[in-house]
Amino acid sequence: MKKVLEGSQAVAEAVRLAGVGVISAYPITPQTHIVEELSRYCADGTMNAKFLRVESEHSAMAALIGSASSGIRTFTATSGQGLALMHELLHWASGARLPIVMAEVNRALAPGWNIWVDQTDSLAQRDTGWIQLYCENSQETLDTTLMAYRLAELVNLPVMVVLDAFFLSHTYEPVDVPDQKKVDRFLPSYVPKFQADTKNPCAFGPLVAPDNYMEMRYDIARAMDDALERFPEVEDEYARLFGRRYGAMEPVMCRDADIILLTSGTVTSTTRLVVKDLRKKGEKVGVLKMRLLRPFPVVELREVLKGAKKVAVIDRNFSFGASGIFAQEVRAALCNLPKHPAVFGYVAGIGGRDVTPALIEEVYWKTRKNKLPEKESVWMGLKEVSDAARRQ
Amino acid sequence: MQLDVSDREYMYSGHVGCPGCGAAVAMRFLLKALGDKVIMVLPACCWSVIAGPYPQSTLRIPVIHSAFETGGAVASGVRAALDMKGDKETTVVTWAGDGGTFDIGFQALSGAVERNEDFIYVCYDNEAYMNTGIQRSSSTPYGAWTTTTPGTEWKKMRKKNIVEALVAHRIPYAATANIAFPEDLTRKAKKAKETKGSRFLHIYASCPTGWKIPSEMAIKIARMAVQTNIFPLYEVEGGIKYTINYKPKEYPVREYFKLQGRFSHLTDKDLAQIQEMVNEDWEMLLRKAGERA
Repeated sequence: MKKVLEGSQAVAEAVRLAGVGVISAYPITPQTHIVEELSRYCADGTMNAKFLRVESEHSAMAALIGSASSGIRTFTATSGQGLALMHELLHWASGARLPIVMAEVNRALAPGWNIWVDQTDSLAQRDTGWIQLYCENSQETLDTTLMAYRLAELVNLPVMVVLDAFFLSHTYEPVDVPDQKKVDRFLPSYVPKFQADTKNPCAFGPLVAPDNYMEMRYDIARAMDDALERFPEVEDEYARLFGRRYGAMEPVMCRDADIILLTSGTVTSTTRLVVKDLRKKGEKVGVLKMRLLRPFPVVELREVLKGAKKVAVIDRNFSFGASGIFAQEVRAALCNLPKHPAVFGYVAGIGGRDVTPALIEEVYWKTRKNKLPEKESVWMGLKEVSDAARRQ
Repeated sequence: MQLDVSDREYMYSGHVGCPGCGAAVAMRFLLKALGDKVIMVLPACCWSVIAGPYPQSTLRIPVIHSAFETGGAVASGVRAALDMKGDKETTVVTWAGDGGTFDIGFQALSGAVERNEDFIYVCYDNEAYMNTGIQRSSSTPYGAWTTTTPGTEWKKMRKKNIVEALVAHRIPYAATANIAFPEDLTRKAKKAKETKGSRFLHIYASCPTGWKIPSEMAIKIARMAVQTNIFPLYEVEGGIKYTINYKPKEYPVREYFKLQGRFSHLTDKDLAQIQEMVNEDWEMLLRKAGERA
């Protein structure tokens, strides 16, 4: 059924359809619409689930670790500071091999207080053992959330479904909400591979000495490899039932492109238009939208980029002292190829600043003009700040 | 005296506690009282080690080891999952040390109790961070030496009154218990099991290693804590109804302090001051229990 939904509501619809048993969350702007919607579903009986209104994000994740360890499908949502507070338990969730799914609405980190979009929060969690999927629009957010459960439960790793603050979380778009019966075929009732059970008492997460710990970590590494391998399988099944698939990445007009603009999140939609316009002007340009960040699809990325001369990465995030984080990932993926495109890193839209078509076009022309990047990261759209003023 | 406790053991032999560990005694009696329909949440504490390293476990019940500050929250999640599965029979128990309860886990515990989550939270109290090597906690008593309150910097703050903090939440059931009084301990564990909503047991558990006492003195010192009014045995129902469960002999606190290396630096003047503090707390408890006007 077609409905006009916010990105937040699209997430909530997917959680409802997934038959989640325990939801635990703490409010933070701009995640609130997701949990308000789910609270309502739990209160009015639309969903048969327990909603734990905990006293912090740390406890939200801790509670889900308890529920998932007891064999129940779980969900939470957070943003920015909330995700940062959860950090310790993100490692715990993956280390305990729990298929928890979380919606993470990208929000800039304080200080100063900023509730607007910025990916640094989720990207700072890339080493926690969570699968990370970045979404472009509401339909994709709903579909991705359903796929997330399937993937999480296949490989026993948690999944973070990432969406932009406001541009996606609070923007209404028409969304096809699938039929429950069909969803049940895609995502049957959860059958946990292990759970706390008084008939078969086990110790979960006890003390592990160096002679065993390393193998347990290697198992997680292999589960991530499995996730990459099995992701297309999940997508195929989804496409068979619902007619939609998105890929680990989506190349648009990349085959013959000299320059490929690499994006993630809602910036992609704007970039699609810019690339179309540039093509009309005869420019050989394409856009590559990245959806899967962990596991990082290295082989596929190399294949898409192999024919290009340059790749311009637009990062709405920054690792201080290094560069934009997607740019780092792309450089690392390409560096062992004897011949690969030059990687130009651009930082744009930090803390919710608009990434306009004009700015994206500027990224393109800058990349086209220079043979090699002038710097590892070029900050786009900065206001004039004199060096003298900065050093004071 | 015949103890009215189950012969069945829920702890295998070979736990990794120190000789004379009060926390091991406390666990053994608690499980005897609760039986095998228990899922235990075990945030970081001495018992994370005592339970044994992978792939061994000294407990015959499922244990979910968890992060230090998450005892209240993980248990809430386990309870929610059991409710969704229709399991009304299993009791969810958090088993935490004083650090995980009084300090780092206090927020999650307060949150869980405010929501009146249906579980038993047990704090076995050895009055410092013993697992990391005897560092002071907010449960460390006035006067104690620890590795972070050494020399003349011995702790000069009172022990936090955790039961009163929980009672302030109007928790359905809160009680103190002591390894030297196993009958009282098991009765309270059973009573907690039969009560609905959040329940809190505060179990005094001596620590020979951290308190600088001979291991064979662990139980005697635990008994002295009650007899000197330092650790009264009482329970509070509905956050209102106080009952003192044992009438102590009211020995001077000096008798308790002189047995422990951690207090060896205290002067007569210090002990006199501590005696006053203990008297004051005891009077306050008597008033709450209606035994003083």
